[in-house]
Amino acid sequence: MMRTRDLSYWLFLAPVLLALSMVVIIPLVFGIYYSFTNWNGIEVGSFVGLKNYLAILDDKEFLDSMWFTVKFSVVSIILINFFGLSLALIVTSKIKSNKFLRTIFFMPNLIGGLILGFIWQFIFIKVFAGIGSVFGIQSLEGWLSTTQTGFWGLVILMSWQMSGYIMVIYIAYLEGVPGELIEAAEIDGASPFQRLRYIIFPLVAPAFTVSMFLTLSNTFKLYDQNLSLTGGGPYNSTQMVAMEIFKTAFTESEMAYAQAKAVIFFVIVAVISLTQVYINKKREVEM
Amino acid sequence: MRKHKWPIEILGIILGIIWLSPFYLMIVNSFKTKREMFEDTLKLPAGFNFDNYIEAFTELNFLQTFMNSVLITVVSVLVIIVFSSMAAYALSRNKSKISSFIFFLFVAAMLIPFQSVMIPLVTIFGKLEMLNSAGIIFMYLGFGASLSIFLYHGTLNGIPKSLDEAATIDGANRFQIFWHIIFPMLKPITVTVAILNTIWIWNDYLLPSLVINQEGMETIPLKMFFFFGEYTKQWHLALAGLTIAIIPVIIAYFFAQREIIKGISEGAVK
Repeated sequence: MMRTRDLSYWLFLAPVLLALSMVVIIPLVFGIYYSFTNWNGIEVGSFVGLKNYLAILDDKEFLDSMWFTVKFSVVSIILINFFGLSLALIVTSKIKSNKFLRTIFFMPNLIGGLILGFIWQFIFIKVFAGIGSVFGIQSLEGWLSTTQTGFWGLVILMSWQMSGYIMVIYIAYLEGVPGELIEAAEIDGASPFQRLRYIIFPLVAPAFTVSMFLTLSNTFKLYDQNLSLTGGGPYNSTQMVAMEIFKTAFTESEMAYAQAKAVIFFVIVAVISLTQVYINKKREVEM
Repeated sequence: MRKHKWPIEILGIILGIIWLSPFYLMIVNSFKTKREMFEDTLKLPAGFNFDNYIEAFTELNFLQTFMNSVLITVVSVLVIIVFSSMAAYALSRNKSKISSFIFFLFVAAMLIPFQSVMIPLVTIFGKLEMLNSAGIIFMYLGFGASLSIFLYHGTLNGIPKSLDEAATIDGANRFQIFWHIIFPMLKPITVTVAILNTIWIWNDYLLPSLVINQEGMETIPLKMFFFFGEYTKQWHLALAGLTIAIIPVIIAYFFAQREIIKGISEGAVK
């Protein structure tokens, strides 16, 4: 046992405690304090109460980015989980190419979001236009130049990237489904759809929760892909919350105001994560 | 005896091709001249023309940039492994209220999005004149410690304390016990911690863009904007540059894919 009055206990903890305090705790506490002042990054200035927070309620750009983020997250969560589970079912169905396919589907996750965004910018702008003009499909031209195509561009990029990640999680649960159970159902004459609906889905239910929240926290906080794919354009219409906060702080230099937005962002993310923890705990108890 | 799996096999392969197509299009077009690219992005290039690669490599100052990325990633990951494992050890060998509180603090810190602390962080470290490589490594320790401590803590709880006690009787001190007896037993989880942190730090863009965005210090993600000017896009060079940036990652993936996929799923499910 180590005792809390032992020097070694504190020596073992000191480096990470120092780093966490200086990098996370102090900036968070200062940040919350600054959000109630007219801090400009250099001087704290005076206390302004809720002024920054009230201003956010009328900030159309921020509210638009919030709405865009919510829409984007909802659509992405559905598609990523649909593809993730489908890919997992495909690669666990004892096909010959399964190892190779897993490698391919997972690959985009190792590459930075910024780079992936640039690659897809090329696909959407140049390749889509090329295909469009060859086959005379008008709707493939001018991608990323409208809000609609920017939205779907981001959704496609994130589905392509994250499905392989979510696939890995579903695989972990699918491999826990006993083979005898499936075979017994097969012998009893259950169709593939019935096996999926009545045996596999209930057994991988915990994976749904894990995957849903992982996708949600990733899409809600998205920044790199947003920056490199659309840059928020056209006219900030595809700008997500993380980017909007960054811009308020470092382009418009409204530090205290940006920090108030950052605090709201923190509260939303924390509520999402705590809900997940709560649901997981509840399920563990039931099991 | 079993039914043919070929419809699923074919579906899988079609999806595999779709998944690979962005990389294929990037590589094929990276060999085209500016003119060829303008004419058609779908057909194969006239030949393997490495001019774009040579130009992109030089303009990105790639050797220097690559070494910057390697240095920051390797040092940060080592620092995270050393200090997180030590901290997790102390927390697992002392079950007081103080330990539970500290552990809770680290877990709770995982809920805080980077954007919420980013602005004060940059101003504080700016005042301390720590917006440099040393500063960013320290920041990576602060942001990376939580998950790493969490993962180490889980494993350490499963290692019997009688091992420590036996070593204490033999006269070993805490540091010796940890580094000679306990740390070697943590190897599998250390691999997971190393992989998760390497992927994160290697690909991170936002933090380095705020902390070390000076000439000659840039990591690979920071340099990726080079070919994307506000009004002009040099696609032929950009695609070569993106390909160069991806190659090291793909090589690493093919050597360690089992560990990587395992590490990621462990980190995610917990």
